[in-house]
Amino acid sequence: MARNLTFHIFRHNPADPASTPHMDTFVLNETAAMTLFIALNRIREEHDPGLQFDFCCRAGMCGACAMVINGRPGLACHTQTRDLPESITLLPLPFFKLVGDLSVDTGVWFRDMYQRVESWIHTTRAFDPSKREARMANATAEAIYELDRCIECGCCIAACGTARMREDFLGAAALNRVARFRLDPRDERKDADYFHLIGDDTGIFGCMGLLACEDVCPKHLPLQDQLAALRRRMAGTALKHRLPFFRNVRKARPAKA
Amino acid sequence: MQIIYTDVLCLGAGLAGERAAVEAAQAGLGVICISLVPARRSHSACAQGGMQAALGNGAMGEGDSPDLHFEDTVKGSDWGCDQEVARLFATTAPVEIRRLAHLGVPWNRVTAGVHTYYRGGKAFKKQEKKEREGLIHARAFGGTSKWRTCYAADGTGHSALYAMDSRAAQLGVRVHDRMEALSLIHDGHTCLGAVVRSLRTGELVAYLAKATLVATGGFGRLYRHSTNAVINDGGGHIAALDTGVVPLGNMEAVQFHPTATVPADILVTEACRGDGGILLDVNEERFLQHYEPEKAELASQDVVARWMAHHIRQGKGVPGPYGDHLWLDIRHLGEKHIRTRLREVDALCQTFLGLDPVRQLIPVRPTQHYCMGGIRTDKTGAVQGLKGLFSAGEAACWDLHGFNRLGGNSLAEAVVAGGIVGYRMVEYVQGAEVAFGTRLVAEHVGRQQARVDALLQGHGGVENAYDVREAMFDVLEDAAGIYRNGPDLERGVAQLQEIHARARRIKLRSNGLGANPELALALKLPGMVRLALCVVCGALQRTESRGCHAREDYPERNDRDWLTRTLATWPEGADRPRLTYEPASRVWPLPPGERGYGGGAIIPATPTHDAAPGE
Repeated sequence: MARNLTFHIFRHNPADPASTPHMDTFVLNETAAMTLFIALNRIREEHDPGLQFDFCCRAGMCGACAMVINGRPGLACHTQTRDLPESITLLPLPFFKLVGDLSVDTGVWFRDMYQRVESWIHTTRAFDPSKREARMANATAEAIYELDRCIECGCCIAACGTARMREDFLGAAALNRVARFRLDPRDERKDADYFHLIGDDTGIFGCMGLLACEDVCPKHLPLQDQLAALRRRMAGTALKHRLPFFRNVRKARPAKA
Repeated sequence: MQIIYTDVLCLGAGLAGERAAVEAAQAGLGVICISLVPARRSHSACAQGGMQAALGNGAMGEGDSPDLHFEDTVKGSDWGCDQEVARLFATTAPVEIRRLAHLGVPWNRVTAGVHTYYRGGKAFKKQEKKEREGLIHARAFGGTSKWRTCYAADGTGHSALYAMDSRAAQLGVRVHDRMEALSLIHDGHTCLGAVVRSLRTGELVAYLAKATLVATGGFGRLYRHSTNAVINDGGGHIAALDTGVVPLGNMEAVQFHPTATVPADILVTEACRGDGGILLDVNEERFLQHYEPEKAELASQDVVARWMAHHIRQGKGVPGPYGDHLWLDIRHLGEKHIRTRLREVDALCQTFLGLDPVRQLIPVRPTQHYCMGGIRTDKTGAVQGLKGLFSAGEAACWDLHGFNRLGGNSLAEAVVAGGIVGYRMVEYVQGAEVAFGTRLVAEHVGRQQARVDALLQGHGGVENAYDVREAMFDVLEDAAGIYRNGPDLERGVAQLQEIHARARRIKLRSNGLGANPELALALKLPGMVRLALCVVCGALQRTESRGCHAREDYPERNDRDWLTRTLATWPEGADRPRLTYEPASRVWPLPPGERGYGGGAIIPATPTHDAAPGE
């Protein structure tokens, strides 16, 4: 029998001086194959056209629609209502700045993250359009792709215990990014270079190992393994270079050989 | 009023926009991209299958060349494309694929040895050479004579966009996300920037630039059922059309992808068929080989989609609560292949359809997917009608695709055109001095502010924005789908003209403050209906069938009268677009002929088209 679903949705529009944070309730009849994408659009069209939320690809590929669904961060577009109880509570992701209602500003945070971990290939080689591509083992390409699959939805950071306590924590998305470049033979950075970027409590040593990031990652990235391996490498790097000296000096990246 | 100045303004931060932005930033210019969403959420990220480029590294790509890529593209376009552009594209694509490798895209590589592949459900062997090991590999796609589609699993667009955005971040390209361009600032001759609305605060901002690029993607969301992201609603096209002087090319050329899943309309990549997947009907029997003995599932997208629609009309569809569909079968490719090379397909089948493609059939039907038409540019990306305005990617009608895009050509086009147009923009900016008049800027901002204010105050409004959009969806579904005919199109034009009037009488039901979604839709809808009118009027006038434009009442491809490109402009105050025509190509190194698939009669051209000297 078709259910009636009750949605409890966080509401606040910072641009409206009369708005105060509160919860609104909407009731919808459930339809076959209903996702939260379908449900939220129906609420907007049938009940409250001012309701703010973000969807983009609505296919689980772009990461726009992360929100807290009955207590767990996840992508709304690929969440089926049939997997949820009749009462559904939707909250915006914590940690990120609220735009309004269920919409949060992940874009600015992630662009800042790119600068903090220098999220690009560091190479001394210039691109030569007349040359054939450098070779790479297919297995290496597939291993890089595995970590390249992060869609920057922000779920791992919203679920993170450390991020809850310190807003300058880089979070699993950024640390996985570093792991991705470490794996890439085209990136000439050494562990000592990565240590400069993530070798403190805002980076890999801030991770308490609670690993909610891995639990909630909608792309099922192997975050636990990556964080553990990175922590081990960075700890080793720290000892090798005598940690206190290294952290205080923060000298520029060593010149490339 | 806030005014932001930059050398180059990119509307859109997808793959084409960012490739152009990178080119400009490398030349030392100041660049700002504005985007509806954070750059990496742009729809380029959803392109799964790959990019066509004639690298010829794999065994099945042996002997490939830009010449063959050019020929496949022109045939794919049903001779609707600009052949100079197709040549430029095919020659440049390999360089851009390698550039992406340099920037970090994890392209799949050649692995030496004997490998099994599938065609029409049967297994075959191929031998990859030792000396090619580690070079960029390619897979088969529809309408191609060689395996030419380079890929990173089935997340090629994602990896390419992430690599390009990384490069943009490294170069200091600024991306202002949650910003939407409402109109272009221009004086009738030169484009000077754009009026932009913040989707955070609702405020209007004027961006002024020496050169402005429109790279806002397609307008698939004019259709109710589309594989496109919800942001692909034609905002850039509307801004261009509303100048009154910029033409949109071939707006009637709308592509339907054969394999969108039912009911979510989410795409599964053509790579499923390229890698050997087959289509089955209600009896779980393969059928495309009866219509296309040679290419079968690997004819071009327009042809496969049309035969699927035809087969469903013959009563061979699988009935379901969301209408009839067909099956895509990739089970025989095996678990390892599906879970690695088609892992995004695997994931979306499991999450959205609750089925395992290793063991079960995937329900699919043709669904709106790509817009060949768009803002008409010349081969350098300069937009007709306004100096200082450029366009690239799906937003543009450059015109690489003519009346049918080959899968894998559009993602490659994003980087190839982005690179070329970016280079040309740099040239233009370095030679251009522009005077920005504050009165002109104030006028343009004022016009948009007046629209916002009228909606906020509710003057004269009665219509519900969502109802008006539904009405537009209905018309396009009825009149401008895979099959079209005169009576439906004529009725569609009349209905859309009424809907256009309704779209200008919208009354908000919410307060419209801040990042209000209802206000955003209300501001955009009149323009969306104008774009729909460009599609339907263009389709009505074009009394032939070419590529994706299939007229039941004019089934022949008519090279005598219609080897042309439709140009639609919208004079101020008009109630429908003004249509003019130009030759589809300036040169014809590959004269019109048979495509080799798709069937259909051709009315031949009168022999006036000479091959260009030097081609």
